[in-house]
Amino acid sequence: MSGVIPAPVARQPWQMLLPLFTLIGFGALVLYSAAGGSWDTYAMSHLVRFVVFLGMAAVMSQFSREMAIFFAFPIYGVIIVMLAAVEAIGFVGGGSQRWLNLGFMQLQPSELMKPAIVLVLARFYTTLPVGLIPTWRSVVPAGALIALPVAMVLLQPDLGTSLAIAFGGAVIMFVAGLPLRWFIGAAIAAAVLAPVAFFFGLQPYQQKRVFTFLDPESDPLGDGYHITQSKIAIGSGGLTGKGFNEGSQSHLNYLPEPHTDFIFATMAEEWGFLGGVVVLGAFAFILGWGLSVARQSSDRFGKLIATGMTATIFFYVAINLMMVMGLAPVVGIPLPFMSHGGSSMMTNMICIGSLMMVNRWNRLAPRAGLTL
Amino acid sequence: MRRLGKNRQRDIVSQTTLDNAFDRRTFTIGTAMGGIGVLLATRMAYIAIAENEKYELESESNRVNLSLIPPRRGWILDRNGAPLASNRADFRVDIIPDRTPDAESTIATLTGILGLDENQAADVMKRIEDSPGFQPVEVASGLAYEKFAAVSVRLPDLPGVVPQRGFSRFYPTGPSVGHLVGYVGPASAEEYEQDRNALLITPGYKIGKDGLEKVFEQKLRGVPGARRVEVTASGRIIRDLETREDTQGNPIHLTIDGPLQDYAARRIGLESGSVVVMDCETGDLMCMASMPSFDPNSFSSGIGRVEYSMLRDDERVPLRNKVLKGLYPPGSTVKPMVSMSFLREGLDPEETVFCGGGLRVGNRVFGCWNRRGHGQVNMAKGIYQSCDVYFYHFAQRIGMDPIALMARRCGMGQEFDLPVISQFYGTVPDPAWKKEKYGSDWQAYDTVNATIGQGYMLANPLQLAVMAGRLATGRHVEPRLLKTTPIKGFENVDFPEEHVKYVRQAMSDVVNGPGTAGRGRLPFEDIKIAGKTGTAQVVSLSKSNGKTGPWKYRDHGLFIFFAPFDKPKYAGAVVIEHGGGSGAAYPIARDVMTFLFDPAKGMEALRALESQWGGTAQQRLDAKYRSYAAAAGEAVEPVPAREEEIFDRVEAEARVEARQTEELADDVVRPRIDTSTSPGEPPPGSRVTPAPSPTATPSPAPASTPATPQ
Repeated sequence: MSGVIPAPVARQPWQMLLPLFTLIGFGALVLYSAAGGSWDTYAMSHLVRFVVFLGMAAVMSQFSREMAIFFAFPIYGVIIVMLAAVEAIGFVGGGSQRWLNLGFMQLQPSELMKPAIVLVLARFYTTLPVGLIPTWRSVVPAGALIALPVAMVLLQPDLGTSLAIAFGGAVIMFVAGLPLRWFIGAAIAAAVLAPVAFFFGLQPYQQKRVFTFLDPESDPLGDGYHITQSKIAIGSGGLTGKGFNEGSQSHLNYLPEPHTDFIFATMAEEWGFLGGVVVLGAFAFILGWGLSVARQSSDRFGKLIATGMTATIFFYVAINLMMVMGLAPVVGIPLPFMSHGGSSMMTNMICIGSLMMVNRWNRLAPRAGLTL
Repeated sequence: MRRLGKNRQRDIVSQTTLDNAFDRRTFTIGTAMGGIGVLLATRMAYIAIAENEKYELESESNRVNLSLIPPRRGWILDRNGAPLASNRADFRVDIIPDRTPDAESTIATLTGILGLDENQAADVMKRIEDSPGFQPVEVASGLAYEKFAAVSVRLPDLPGVVPQRGFSRFYPTGPSVGHLVGYVGPASAEEYEQDRNALLITPGYKIGKDGLEKVFEQKLRGVPGARRVEVTASGRIIRDLETREDTQGNPIHLTIDGPLQDYAARRIGLESGSVVVMDCETGDLMCMASMPSFDPNSFSSGIGRVEYSMLRDDERVPLRNKVLKGLYPPGSTVKPMVSMSFLREGLDPEETVFCGGGLRVGNRVFGCWNRRGHGQVNMAKGIYQSCDVYFYHFAQRIGMDPIALMARRCGMGQEFDLPVISQFYGTVPDPAWKKEKYGSDWQAYDTVNATIGQGYMLANPLQLAVMAGRLATGRHVEPRLLKTTPIKGFENVDFPEEHVKYVRQAMSDVVNGPGTAGRGRLPFEDIKIAGKTGTAQVVSLSKSNGKTGPWKYRDHGLFIFFAPFDKPKYAGAVVIEHGGGSGAAYPIARDVMTFLFDPAKGMEALRALESQWGGTAQQRLDAKYRSYAAAAGEAVEPVPAREEEIFDRVEAEARVEARQTEELADDVVRPRIDTSTSPGEPPPGSRVTPAPSPTATPSPAPASTPATPQ
């Protein structure tokens, strides 16, 4: 490293931080436009939250491996209790019961469960004797650890978050080395059970969303409206967009939720395909860095955490972008680092913080293979 | 074996294999992530670049709302350029059903804001249900600014509602011109199908539905303006992008005299009937009043159920234009025309016949209205005393064919070249006609009936007015309604000057001499009116005596006239349905002509009458509507879906009704006393004038009897 830059600065993971700052800054610009040219409405709180949660991530990164292992189960347990509390005393908003009022903020425990499931499963597989991996003892407890929060979140009901939790858990199980044929079998079973789950497990409004996704034009003024308008916004942006603050779809309210779930459409309308490339590129850098942290880790716990956290962020990004481009049904999942909203910012920054933590462990204890 | 096999199947797992698996699987995950990333980038490129044009268009059509500005309709002007139909600035609210997910609750909200009553709300709901969805339906018009503003600010909660400021049709004299001018209304689905003009489904645009408004639709329409505005998803207008003003439609100039039309309509008063006045020097139709009528102003948003129900239940059929679609036996009003045919056939007008109160024809005795008889009667006396026997006698000598020919030449049974939706042309019977229609031979009594305007003979008031004009001038006067129509027919001289003079004098004596309409004199020294009374029997004698009893059975009262008698300028006809006799008709003609020559004097007479009747025609119609609406309450039947049906039905009923007098054709018609004044007035002593000497000359002999007190 060049001597001009002080070592504490130089050793930060800039290949991740620079794209992250890009996304946050870009997000703030789009939020400024989505608010009709106002900093105060969304953009300012977006930046303030980022600064706060970046500080939190920096603190998290200082935790040692032992502390993380020690607190994994307690954290999981506390969040389970909080989920139970949501069922009991949480308040209802938007048709489902998701929030706990802590007095100073609205907390959504299901959001916290996304990184927590990664942490607890990583902890579980770290201590599971290697020989037990191909046996039922590797899958049943882990399955229970996943199924409990998924079931509780489904009850709220919040399909998107429960899918995210299940996805995070499944990725950990996958990279923990469980036999491949189990995943194949599970995939077949899922394919068989999916129609059953669809017709008996989903709320009517969720079923309608799926139908609408399959044929958005069937209901252009109802549910299909979101998808159609989002595609119009992205499509009308063209290569370079309509220009900053010039988006008619968002400014004239044709685009629903232009500052949260559909922020990518808002962005694409004004910045065009080039803006989309910047956003996709930034996510590619961040996720690529996350995977490289996992691969560089010398111990199993760090590897699993890093992979799981990366997968969790990826899940958000992929589902959100597929939704706004009409490749997935409308599920209420925001775009990390760009959408306005505290809960999603917190979850994603916890993931970033965890990755930074593993990254620091890697730096302190380089991969064994190098020294041997 | 099995156990061993099972053990062998189990993977050998060690830290190394796990690490390898981890590397492989993270690589797989990374590849999957990258794959999805590429998929997303491709998808975005496809939407944003390949399909850019399509979505750009959709975005523009989202953002920009192109709305047509309905053109102001051309005015309909009377002969002096005063408007019979104009436009006035107006605030209105429409609703487009396709853009309204929950019409019922939206209408409920609007009902609250606009203060509509239950029937109006039900009418709007019905129109929404009947509409094809993309066509706007009017909720209310003529709104106060406050109500309009109240709707405008609540637009985000009222999807599909279009408040607009525009122009609405205004008919200053309301019911007086209802039948003549017609009315406007939103285009029906069928009309839109025929003429796929986007204008027809523009909120606030109305097309002509009846009368002149319908006939001259294209001319009155004008060119719409257009406004491009930027709108939000909820329809709020952000800014105007571009506006092109509309071009008003062309006006049409009528020959109608607006004040006269209004006066005549009001003068008809409580009766049901029509007044036609024409300028017999040009053929200009100056007045075509038909009452009772509807108020075209209140039809503009479609015909309301209360109003429709009220108009339908009225046995005086306010929806029928009686000038063109009322057919009546002309009664004695044909006598001057029949006389003219006698003259033409060479009959000496001084030849007399003795009237002893009746004449035997075949095995039946046909009475004269005057049972005591008129003594010796020549042609002039036959006209001014309306002696039936004179005509029975000479008609048999001359024969039906010359009479029928003359009737047609005078306009009866004819359709005129006028810009109207439809006109009934009635019947002039002759032997050939009867043979064809009934397959039976013409009888002597058919001639007898026809010469006194009964039997099969039917005419509409316009034809009677034209007949008066042609008899008065001797020229082939062609009626015209538009100032732009060329004047024609005057080069054709129908009758020799001497015949015309003779008939004029006899008709003058009807009013100014010893005739049947002494009370019809004009209150002027120098202007004298000439005319002929007529009383037409409607049902057989066994049902009614024609004067009393059910309204439907009373005799029609008719009067044809022209003035001044010696140099005719104006001619016309008055027909009062079931008026009980000609006495109901000629006072109206007198007052209308008085108004034409001296409006102040005419108004004086009318005001006195209207104070008895309870206001002007408009005021009475409004009062009637209110009381009907109050009585009918909320359970009023809806209007037929197609407004055309309403008028088709009215027309069909009119045809049926017109034919009922044909049933009398084989009856003995007992001519009615023809000098009666309007019912309710004390019968004047001079009701039946003593027969003058058989040698009475047609000169304007001073009435030998006291004229009826005026």
